[in-house]
Amino acid sequence: MFNVDEILKIKAQKAEWEKKTAAALAKRPERKTGFVTSSDLEFDRCYTPDNIENFNYIDQLGMPGEYPYTRGVQATMYRGRHWTMRQYAGFGSASETNQRFKYLLENGVSGLSCAFDLPTQIGYDSDDMMAKGEVGKVGVAIDSLADMEVLFDGIPLDKVSTSMTINAPAAVLLAMYVALAEKQGVPPTAINGTIQNDILKEYSARGTYIFPPKESMRLITNIFEYCAKEVPNWNTISISGYHIREAGASAVQEIAFTLADGIAYVEAALNAGLKIDEFAPRLSFFFNAHLNFFEEIAKYRAARRIWAKLMKERFGATKEKSMMLRFHTQTAGCTLTAQQPDVNVVRVAFQAMSAVLGGTQSLHTNSKDEALALPTEASALLALRTQQVIGFETGAADTVDPLGGSYFIEALTDEIEAKVMKYIEHIDKLGGAVRAVEIGYIQKEIQESAYKYQKAIESGEQIVIGVNKFTMPEEVPTGLLKVDSTVEEHQVAALTKLKESRDKAKIREVLSELEAAAKTDANLMPFILNAVKEYATIGEICNILRGVFGEYTAPVMF
Amino acid sequence: MERKIRALIAKPGLDGHDRGAKIICQALRDAGMEVIYTGLRQTPAQIVAAAIQEDVDVVGLSSLSGAHNHLFPPVRQLLNEQGAEDILVFGGGVIPAEDIEGLKEAGIAPIFTPGTSTQDVVDFLFDYFKDKE
Repeated sequence: MFNVDEILKIKAQKAEWEKKTAAALAKRPERKTGFVTSSDLEFDRCYTPDNIENFNYIDQLGMPGEYPYTRGVQATMYRGRHWTMRQYAGFGSASETNQRFKYLLENGVSGLSCAFDLPTQIGYDSDDMMAKGEVGKVGVAIDSLADMEVLFDGIPLDKVSTSMTINAPAAVLLAMYVALAEKQGVPPTAINGTIQNDILKEYSARGTYIFPPKESMRLITNIFEYCAKEVPNWNTISISGYHIREAGASAVQEIAFTLADGIAYVEAALNAGLKIDEFAPRLSFFFNAHLNFFEEIAKYRAARRIWAKLMKERFGATKEKSMMLRFHTQTAGCTLTAQQPDVNVVRVAFQAMSAVLGGTQSLHTNSKDEALALPTEASALLALRTQQVIGFETGAADTVDPLGGSYFIEALTDEIEAKVMKYIEHIDKLGGAVRAVEIGYIQKEIQESAYKYQKAIESGEQIVIGVNKFTMPEEVPTGLLKVDSTVEEHQVAALTKLKESRDKAKIREVLSELEAAAKTDANLMPFILNAVKEYATIGEICNILRGVFGEYTAPVMF
Repeated sequence: MERKIRALIAKPGLDGHDRGAKIICQALRDAGMEVIYTGLRQTPAQIVAAAIQEDVDVVGLSSLSGAHNHLFPPVRQLLNEQGAEDILVFGGGVIPAEDIEGLKEAGIAPIFTPGTSTQDVVDFLFDYFKDKE
């Protein structure tokens, strides 16, 4: 891109400038001796063409919507349509969450995103001993299709796309959604949405696993296969770096471990006999928007380029859609402070802007009160409005990849790519992401970064406004959302009634068919679908699978 | 030789957020304490059994799921029932200010909330056990 003479001239000029600047540093030192990110990327004082002297526009960037998709996966990006403004919501009962969904839809969200409570996420019914105290707390409690009917009451499933943060029992929730659509008269071919369905990051960072890796990977590939035939517009997985980052990973580690997980899913599907271009177009990703603005923007761009190359070169994908890394972004919950919580609004706005400048396909902006409780209606609305300001007022959405070609951003994108590839090569050597999780490698890496970050906060090297700088006496926060404490009681009562009202013989029949199928290598989706249609509960279905598959025991370490 | 403080850090309930719990483990260990971590999804009974078996001085409970009022008090109660009244139980996580008093009354104190420095936890424990000697 730059000719040799020009680069030499720039280098000479820069060397001269660095010398002059260094001489002045004695009098006017910089704020720090080095400006280093969480990924150990050290920023230069100033970026010039010589930072990217071998830059090749066509190979490294290309045009938007074209390989290697560094600039974005669509030609027009947000000039055509904004990212999907998708606010994660869910708490208490299905009817309370239904009201929050409707409130968000009335105020302009363009997609739903459902949070489930922990019992649902771990495949326990609300009346299970293990569920005590957790029902409806961090999300909505779903026991059976009956709860889903209430959750989506008055929301036509052919008009809205829904993302469900559900992993170990993803097949069950997907089956419920398909069954519900059918009840609304909507065929599976007409529904849109995403299940997270990413078990590997549950083992390494998030904790809602049920079954061992091999059996979990089978369920996941069953879903890939089923959806390729029956639910073609469904995103069958959202391979997530979000929680890896929340658990403490750096930006580079977030991308490296997520893409390594992606490789593992692709390999599992190929081993199950699927063809790459059949399932790869429906793979999607989920990243974190953290605080270091430019590092984050470069991170998204690097992730797209690496995935495109992996899919084309390593896995021989030929369809363009197989090579496109499409992703959802959520602002970083772990950066929110309980202290001076209004300041979180500002953090979220910058994080959201980085996701937009990085070319996200959908976005959740956190609410300011989330270090204290689940968001209130008012704080959730402000978070949504933040996205709307970015999309409609700032002009950031009016040209594609506005920072493309910045010496700084391109140099960072290259550096992140190189560092990520080093990790991926190392994980390959260990035997892949599944193995790396089993031996605790990924957990250990994340934990070391988390501890390092905490130490940096405590030493004052990493500044957190309101926590270790510009602190003020804090007022006791008021007006927080409190989950109704009677939710568990009501949910258990409704479940008891449901269990009594069902055709017991029919339930036994569908569950024993599922059990028999689980013991073979049949695709389990049709069996799970049959079971949910008869109002078999998530606990009943997961317990059948626990019996056949066993449960995962995590290695305990710190 | 002076006995080191032995601590059990535990995750009761179904919550999978253990970044904080593990950081506390590391910080206490770096401060010279002996630390055992239970891992995720422990019932109060499992935590109490581990605390007694490991002969710990202190149990730290972490929850970010909002289930603390259901999960923390039974740990204290079961310890007392088994004659382990002397084991200190403290907590941490996303715990609303209005719940802290109730937990204290149930014998869970202090409660460390988001933004706490690990040094504060370490200092608290050293102070607490110094007074005990």
